[in-house]
Amino acid sequence: MARHRELGLTDREYELICDRMGREPNGVELAMFSLLWSEHCGYKHSRKLLSTLPTEGPRVVMGPGENAGAVDVGNGYSVAFKVESHNHPSAVEPFQGAATGVGGILRDVIALGARPIAMLDSLRFGPPDDERTRYLVDGVVRGIGHYGNSMGIPTVGGEIEFAAPYAQNPLVNAMCVGLAKTDEMVRAAASGPGNLVVLIGSLTGRDGIGGASVLASAELGEGDDAKRPTVQIGDPFEESKVLECCQELLAEGLLVSLQDLGAAGLTSSAGEMASAGRVGIEIDVDEVPLREAGMEPFEIMVSESQERMLAIVEPDQVERVREVCEKWQTGFAVVGRVTDSGKFTVVADGEAVGEMAVDDLVDGCPAYDLEPAEPTEWPYSNDPSLDPEADPAEALLALLASPTIASKQWAFEQYDSIVGSRTVVRPGPADAAVLSIPEAGTAIAVAIDGSGRRVACEPWSGTVGTVLECAANLACVGAEPLGLTNCLNFGNPEKPTIAWQLTRSVEGLGDACRALGVPVVGGNVSLYNETPSGPIYPTPVVGMVGEVPDPNRVASRPWEEGDQIALVGPFDPSLAGSEFAALTGSLGPGLPDPDLEGAIAAIELVRDAVRSGSVRTAHDVSDGGIAVALAELAINAGLGCEVDLGSLIARTDCSPEDALFGECPGGFILAGEHSVLEQLGGKGVPVEMLGPVAGDELRVAAGERTVALGLARLREAWESLPAAVEA
Amino acid sequence: MLQFPGSCDERDALNACRLAGGEARLIWHGDDDLGGVDAVVVPGGFSYGDYLRAGSIARFSPAMEAVARFAADGGPVIGICNGFQVLCESGLLPGALLPNDSTRFTCHQGELVVGEADSPWTSALEPGHVLSVPVKHQSGRFFAPPDLLEEIVSGGQVAFRYSPGSNPNGSLDDIAGIVNREGNVLGLMPHPEHAVDALTGSEDGLAIFRGVIGAGVG
Repeated sequence: MARHRELGLTDREYELICDRMGREPNGVELAMFSLLWSEHCGYKHSRKLLSTLPTEGPRVVMGPGENAGAVDVGNGYSVAFKVESHNHPSAVEPFQGAATGVGGILRDVIALGARPIAMLDSLRFGPPDDERTRYLVDGVVRGIGHYGNSMGIPTVGGEIEFAAPYAQNPLVNAMCVGLAKTDEMVRAAASGPGNLVVLIGSLTGRDGIGGASVLASAELGEGDDAKRPTVQIGDPFEESKVLECCQELLAEGLLVSLQDLGAAGLTSSAGEMASAGRVGIEIDVDEVPLREAGMEPFEIMVSESQERMLAIVEPDQVERVREVCEKWQTGFAVVGRVTDSGKFTVVADGEAVGEMAVDDLVDGCPAYDLEPAEPTEWPYSNDPSLDPEADPAEALLALLASPTIASKQWAFEQYDSIVGSRTVVRPGPADAAVLSIPEAGTAIAVAIDGSGRRVACEPWSGTVGTVLECAANLACVGAEPLGLTNCLNFGNPEKPTIAWQLTRSVEGLGDACRALGVPVVGGNVSLYNETPSGPIYPTPVVGMVGEVPDPNRVASRPWEEGDQIALVGPFDPSLAGSEFAALTGSLGPGLPDPDLEGAIAAIELVRDAVRSGSVRTAHDVSDGGIAVALAELAINAGLGCEVDLGSLIARTDCSPEDALFGECPGGFILAGEHSVLEQLGGKGVPVEMLGPVAGDELRVAAGERTVALGLARLREAWESLPAAVEA
Repeated sequence: MLQFPGSCDERDALNACRLAGGEARLIWHGDDDLGGVDAVVVPGGFSYGDYLRAGSIARFSPAMEAVARFAADGGPVIGICNGFQVLCESGLLPGALLPNDSTRFTCHQGELVVGEADSPWTSALEPGHVLSVPVKHQSGRFFAPPDLLEEIVSGGQVAFRYSPGSNPNGSLDDIAGIVNREGNVLGLMPHPEHAVDALTGSEDGLAIFRGVIGAGVG
């Protein structure tokens, strides 16, 4: 097979490269082109779609195109954030795959000049009754903890779901949130011909060669064990030193610009800096400190060795930069210079061994039109584990014990969630984490959400629902969204049905963001999440940062005896796409259209109510419907309730099963004093009083059906995850 | 406040000392002069990466040699989490901290019962008093051979125990923190520096920092 095809380039792309260069590329050049023209770096199947997303907003400081997005939080401070995937490395080697996923997203935020203050993770696995899945879960959770804990960055939240389509292709999406003084932030553009290119951090080795093209831009399949060497090895201690070193360099104003080294290593890092600055760049591979002797120039240029940063430095500052690196005992090497040639030149033994126009290399990758076609059949397996006619109490226990819904405390306790002294609301019962930012006299809330199951049923509605759920999670702690980041995890976009999922999903993402007035400030795309057993559920994961004016008013307290419980929002429950449908084996195409305007009105009403400080508890209705939402609140409080869903059934004309277990965006459970909840009515948002907090039993009446279960049984089901994943 | 490469909680500890009414600053691990401070905090984290064994490298730092001299002269020293591990590795405290019996990192709000130890660090606390303080570590299982354990317990060197039934790591005798024979050196696994503000969970940890300041040595 032709070399370019082994590296993932099509014949047409290879011809295009030859046309642009006026000759055939040599080995070094071909290696570099193959990486920057891969889906992972070149976004060739997603760029056109992504350009339709709204990116502007009054609080946006940095948007797409930078290492991470950033929003203004006041008093001269900005919050930077981004989510990124490390799916394929984690499928091959879960511990290091997840650890380096955390390390990589941390460096994106560090590169802006921000100090990371929080991590969140969105994880997907197959059902845990499979031994390999348990190995993956254990490795990924340990890997995330290993890196974040050792770095002293708190992991404050996240979500984990389990479904068969992820069995061979787990998802590991990590989101980092950082804090920076706005005027000390740096962009990734190289500038000033004659300035020097400085490589900071770890030695460069043969690890991770071809990771972006080999792993991230093709389907997983047989022989993946042989790809294990393409997974990088993480060293959080080195990253910790690199972080402190970069913070000191930036505080002293010693850097012109800064960029992390991630996928495609020096090639993408230096290339993108040159492209952003409209300059040329020259890298002398003989100056790159190596972990092992005898590395070829192309290997040095594409190595994905971790814990490295690239800085542009004016010549008269270089000595001071060296001193700071030495203080932090981290690597320092001048490896090249900025030129005015517009070319990316690779030098070895004093001679150019590769020379390409930066425009061709970085921006020349063609963007393809997708050829979407709606699937004619349901492509996902869905084995039933629950009888659809089961007694509702049995169904509720099955839902609570479903690994997707069950408490994730087992995982969260393996992460340091408090280092940094900012964590007001820790991971656990609340829907979003809250971090205090005393520097700016404010607080932020952060959340991450994805619902592949529902997006699989209907990509537009499912994605709108995902964005609404993330905004709802923020509303429950009184936060108003400032910006959104996303990671689009999909199958092979060259297949028309996957292209349809991707197209409809991105439309939903854009429509929901426009309706909410939330700008998309950055994102990442992970395609080719397929194995011989099929594609994953299409899984757009969204992360949001919101503003919390008063961290004392976040409605995260457990409900109390005597409180009333209300359902707020245009909630119109349906079993279509629900976790109940997943358990009963009845998933299939189609979701009701969400009431976008109504849901947003409810989100705003709940946010304002929480901010007023009068609501004790707020929780959005999500997987498993109202019954699960009430059970979670009851377990958390150690207090039961006695509610009647008759008014909901009357308003929406739904069945008792719909009322208990149906799902749909735009529903909130609030608890507090009766008079406080009553005042929420009459503002155009449906408010139904459900009943009081009372006793040690969950009693929910829905038409002719009634669920009555003691808290102990609920808790036993809800806390069953450790037994499921550690077995 | 010592700062090693790989320290994580040093800024939190600085903040805690200041909230308790003290003045605090960082001391670089390469400095062998503590600059006339009244008390030393060896903070939590993963000093030098802790790839070999928790705290095993940090003990050789110039700053730790200075801390050993400071402690020998009776200066108050507290080691929190990784700092406790460093103090044990340095021989300033007896016993050792082994990986948790779960083999996993654990992070949760814990309950600490004040022990009988006589120390400036616990001078503001009554034995039996219960504190709500976060616990977070991977290697926090306190271990000592039977004779040594007997000596620590009977010698009144136990400063803190996990409340009954809440031992998170398999520590012998539920021990969460101990002092040296003289009482001036305290090591504990839980994190009082993360319990200094009700907004972030608890302010029970302040009493430890106030204790050393109130004892007139801070």
